[in-house]
Amino acid sequence: MTANGWLQIAFYSVVLLALTKPMGIYMVRVYDGSMGWLRPVERILFRFGRVDPEEDQHWTQYAAAMLIFSGVSMLLTYIVLRLQHILPLNPQKLAAVPDRQAFETAASFTTNTNWQSYAGESTMSYFSQMTQLAFHNFISAAAGVAVAVALARGIARRSAGRLGNFWADLVRGTLYVFLPISLVVALVQVQQGSIQNFLPYQEVQTLEGAKQMIAMGPIASQESIKEYGTNGGGFVNANSAHSYENPTPLTNFVQMLGIFLVSAGLTWTFGKMVKKQAHGWALWAAMYILFFAGVTTAYWAEARGNPIHAARGIDVVASAAQPGGNMEGKEVRFGIVNSALYATLTTDASCGCVNSMHDSFTPIGGMVPLVNMQMGELIFGGVGAGLYGILMMVLLTVFIAGLMVGRTPEYLGKKVESREMRMVMLYVLVFPLVILVLTGVSVVLPAGLKGLNNSGPHGLTEILYAFTSTPANNGSAFAGLTGSTYYYNTLFGFATLIGRFAMQVPMLAAAGFLAEKKIAPESAGTFPVTTPLFVVLLISVILIVGALTFFPAWSLGPIVEHLLMQAGRLF
Amino acid sequence: MAVTKRPLFDSLIVRRAIKDSFLKLAPAHMVRNPVMFVVLVGSVFTTFVLAREAIRGAPDVGFILQLTLWLWFTVLFANFAEAMAEGRGKAQADELRKTRRETQAKKLKSRDDVRNFGTVPSSSLRIGDLVLCTPGDIIPGDGEVIEGVASVDESAITGESAPVIRESGGDRSAVTGGTKVLSDQLIIRITADPGETFLDRMIALVEGASRQKTPNEIALTILLAGLTLIFLLAIATLQPLAAYSGGAVAVSILIALLVCLIPTTIGGLLSAIGIAGMDRVIQHNIIAMSGRAVEAAGDVNTLLLDKTGTITLGNRQAVEFVPLPGVRMEELADRAQLASMPDETPEGRSIVVLAKEKYGLRGRTLMDSSTSTSPTAPQPTFIPFSATTRMSGVDTDGSQLRKGAADAISQWVKQHGAEIPAQLTPAVEQIARTGGTPLVVAERTAASTRVLGVVHLKDVVKGGMKDRFDHLRTMGIRTVMITGDNPITAAAIAAEAGVDDFLAEATPEQKLELIRREQGGGRMVAMTGDGTNDAPALAQADVGLAMNTGTQAAKEAGNLIDLDSNPTKLIELVEIGKQLLITRGSLTTFSIANDVAKYFAIIPAMFAVTYPELNALNIMRLHSPNSAILSAVIFNALIIIALIPLALRGVQYRPIGAAAILRRNFIIYGIGGVIVPFIGIKLLDVILVLLHLV
Repeated sequence: MTANGWLQIAFYSVVLLALTKPMGIYMVRVYDGSMGWLRPVERILFRFGRVDPEEDQHWTQYAAAMLIFSGVSMLLTYIVLRLQHILPLNPQKLAAVPDRQAFETAASFTTNTNWQSYAGESTMSYFSQMTQLAFHNFISAAAGVAVAVALARGIARRSAGRLGNFWADLVRGTLYVFLPISLVVALVQVQQGSIQNFLPYQEVQTLEGAKQMIAMGPIASQESIKEYGTNGGGFVNANSAHSYENPTPLTNFVQMLGIFLVSAGLTWTFGKMVKKQAHGWALWAAMYILFFAGVTTAYWAEARGNPIHAARGIDVVASAAQPGGNMEGKEVRFGIVNSALYATLTTDASCGCVNSMHDSFTPIGGMVPLVNMQMGELIFGGVGAGLYGILMMVLLTVFIAGLMVGRTPEYLGKKVESREMRMVMLYVLVFPLVILVLTGVSVVLPAGLKGLNNSGPHGLTEILYAFTSTPANNGSAFAGLTGSTYYYNTLFGFATLIGRFAMQVPMLAAAGFLAEKKIAPESAGTFPVTTPLFVVLLISVILIVGALTFFPAWSLGPIVEHLLMQAGRLF
Repeated sequence: MAVTKRPLFDSLIVRRAIKDSFLKLAPAHMVRNPVMFVVLVGSVFTTFVLAREAIRGAPDVGFILQLTLWLWFTVLFANFAEAMAEGRGKAQADELRKTRRETQAKKLKSRDDVRNFGTVPSSSLRIGDLVLCTPGDIIPGDGEVIEGVASVDESAITGESAPVIRESGGDRSAVTGGTKVLSDQLIIRITADPGETFLDRMIALVEGASRQKTPNEIALTILLAGLTLIFLLAIATLQPLAAYSGGAVAVSILIALLVCLIPTTIGGLLSAIGIAGMDRVIQHNIIAMSGRAVEAAGDVNTLLLDKTGTITLGNRQAVEFVPLPGVRMEELADRAQLASMPDETPEGRSIVVLAKEKYGLRGRTLMDSSTSTSPTAPQPTFIPFSATTRMSGVDTDGSQLRKGAADAISQWVKQHGAEIPAQLTPAVEQIARTGGTPLVVAERTAASTRVLGVVHLKDVVKGGMKDRFDHLRTMGIRTVMITGDNPITAAAIAAEAGVDDFLAEATPEQKLELIRREQGGGRMVAMTGDGTNDAPALAQADVGLAMNTGTQAAKEAGNLIDLDSNPTKLIELVEIGKQLLITRGSLTTFSIANDVAKYFAIIPAMFAVTYPELNALNIMRLHSPNSAILSAVIFNALIIIALIPLALRGVQYRPIGAAAILRRNFIIYGIGGVIVPFIGIKLLDVILVLLHLV
């Protein structure tokens, strides 16, 4: 670990902190409908969709709108992927995407997961990439923020279970938040060297005289939404490790910032909506502490490298001449710290874009992304998903610890009772259910073991990681597991859908129930939600209730792998 | 109710509880508690494993035997906790049942003819029947006095031995079955059928026969069931992961880990905490109609307190003599004392006392005073207070003394042709402004009639109330004083007592309106009441504490009844409610925090064969895999027993702000909950090794 490395992490933190409030203010105005510079476009869209943006939807209507919209757009994508060979903008004459893979891809992009069991450049036509995958990158992000804002409304107001208007939130989020950011960042990408064209792939002669095929395409325009909408699906297989997607340290920084920006801003937006700014910052602080713990661990593990190397006399110490540590699977232009930081960010938020190979991390370095996701994608988290994820944990914290102050648990003046707890528990159950059951089944079934490249604890981690990444709607791959099989395509597709909608619906129900409640005024007897102690409690609940469930699985995966590595065994 | 103080572990109760812990193993009972039900299923399963291994003659059968026993103990300990909590109530119910013996009632044909009655058993009485009760009779059922006035011994219900007066009409007309008429006679209209009387309901409540889970208990059960389900998933899926890793784990060990991880501590103590909380309410001589009401008491934001009897002593007291110019202080004190000598009202007594304490004027009998002035004078006559004259006094030979309201005395003085001194009005107003009641004293002798001065009567705030209100404020509870006084008086007393707000010249409608307004703002309101006109407000309030001396209507409208009829108890009730919730929360936190250590004990032990390297996680350095697993399971069982006293007594409650309570309880039960099992499991491991049990 170097001073320069720490300085880069510190710089990143400061910029994120500085941008949280401006981003938050902006989104407050977007979602309360007072942002109006694209009003004419909005009006056309609402008239076209026959939507009354003022209609306040009951949580059931809100959830139904979200589900129907997601279902229809997913079906559309499935159809397009199946028919891409007869559709335009396919200079490479790529074939139709196979049935299961098309299903999985459609599910994965609809749910903001962007799990890719294919290589973009050899599977997707420009048409599929632009009209389907990029489209989902925008609207799945906007839908995620919409439901988070709906939850915030449920907490903030008393409205007989009404949470706002899904269509208005969806349109406004896309128009005012994601499109403008993407436009600006795409230009930065192009300026830094990302390509943007419709050319067929180029055959070039390498310096060694060999022939190489270079993929082309409208990459820059899809790059920015990939991070800012926490999607993570790369245009090409190498994702952000590829120089067309992530050409320079500057684009790397802009991308890393993008992964957290909207989610960090949403903590401020939430604080404003519930009229308790300090609580918004308390959430930010809890998220940041968990992020910092993760990046420190990952950075430490990767900078320390593999002790077997050191034992054999290989110099793994960082110096001016070499980055040292474990550079396997990392881009030289990003080095140890930016790879560890990127890996932490992309798994804290349910982004999933990668600039290094997580499979090649040391066991502990690779455990960080795994644990980040299993905590519930709430360390800033996916756009919207991070906020509602941590709010579900806040409800759990308030319920467990709130009793200790001698009152029926109360969150921001709303009593947390059995109806809400039922929904929170349904929400919390999804992760262990999907992750553990599907992993358990896959490590014993021949179909599950077939695609495995590594044996022992590392192989276990590969399967565990895949079944974590999909329901967590992260989409990053540990790799080392061939996911493009009938078995995995099917399971991953369902895992992403359950991880998204089986969590969002109970969450919206809880929001609706909270919206029916009276708001009790705050007093000296109220459970404090702005103090450092609250932050400690929240983190404890996330770790003990959320993450520790996976402790037995970790101990058979990365933990034992680490211990075995210390003893000189590798997998 | 005759509450007998019992030690926490009364041997009779313990014996009965041990028996009950086995009876409670019935699946139909266990299934109500999802956490312990899982433990029960686990215990049964392990027992089968034990039988199979014993038949096979497996080498580690001793270990499985111990494991099985401790799993069963876990279930039994939880049942024991519940039975202990119930035991106190059951013992009390038994005593109450003795009161509910069959009695003979004198049933009247009509209220006009009290001699014409038939003797019937009390169990045959129905609503609307009229009964006659004469001295020595046990009142055969709940009812309302429609004729007569009598002193009644209610000690069977309230535990208070001093008899109370029951009379027809007004707020003292309700009588309770099982109480005893001491003097005079009453005609009572029965208002409850047998089996539905107050005593019956009380027995049922005390015994917990109709105990239902409270809203918060239900919510907590959902949380615990959810956590149990999560751990069930985690453990069930561990087997394939272990198989992949090269060695399946014995099912009994998986069950051990599961039982350790699911929240058995709180799961086992949850119902005991609830029952004990209700029991604490009963110890305070309050009958809660539901657990919900006690829970709501903990949530209260606003307390409506009646001024008289709650905040102030029942009566005003003289605190100062204000002589008019030309009158000596001692003279005024002397005359005022003399005028009050035969006055038996508390106000009158307080004047006598003040004059004595401040000016050394000894209390005299009227005889003495008359002898001192004129030995041959006739008997002095006491002129009692009447609503028309609005004054009282004493007539002696040659002089008349009067004390009363300013305008009444002024009128009296004018009648006798004297002037009202100009200084009187400011003196009277001065007292009224500070919330006191001015009592003007005047004297008429043969020579003249003159106003002597003013006695300052004041409401006396009960000692310690200001502190209690301060405590309530730090707990975030607002106090509102309800009084019939005018706003000036009310404001002065409110300021002195330290309440946050007051409602002056309150009518029942205004009271109801105030409650609705508070509730509309999201607040929970508690109040006390005893009159029929309090009934709507009592019903509207979230916590309505009715006084046992109150009317039937008030008692039915409230959700709690104070048998001592002490309105100040509302504050204690709030504390009991809070304590109940705090105990639940603290033990939940403790239970969940315990899991950290258990992972570190069991996981390395579980995979000791597959991956010996995992022993690096054995940070407690436990002796062997078997000792580690046993220690964790034993700790998990014993902690339930260890925490029974805490569950029954409740976590100590301090009237401090929420942030301070949270910090304190988080340190004790959160951080403590992480640390304690590390120490406990290590200790047990050492003991097991010493005893050669592993």
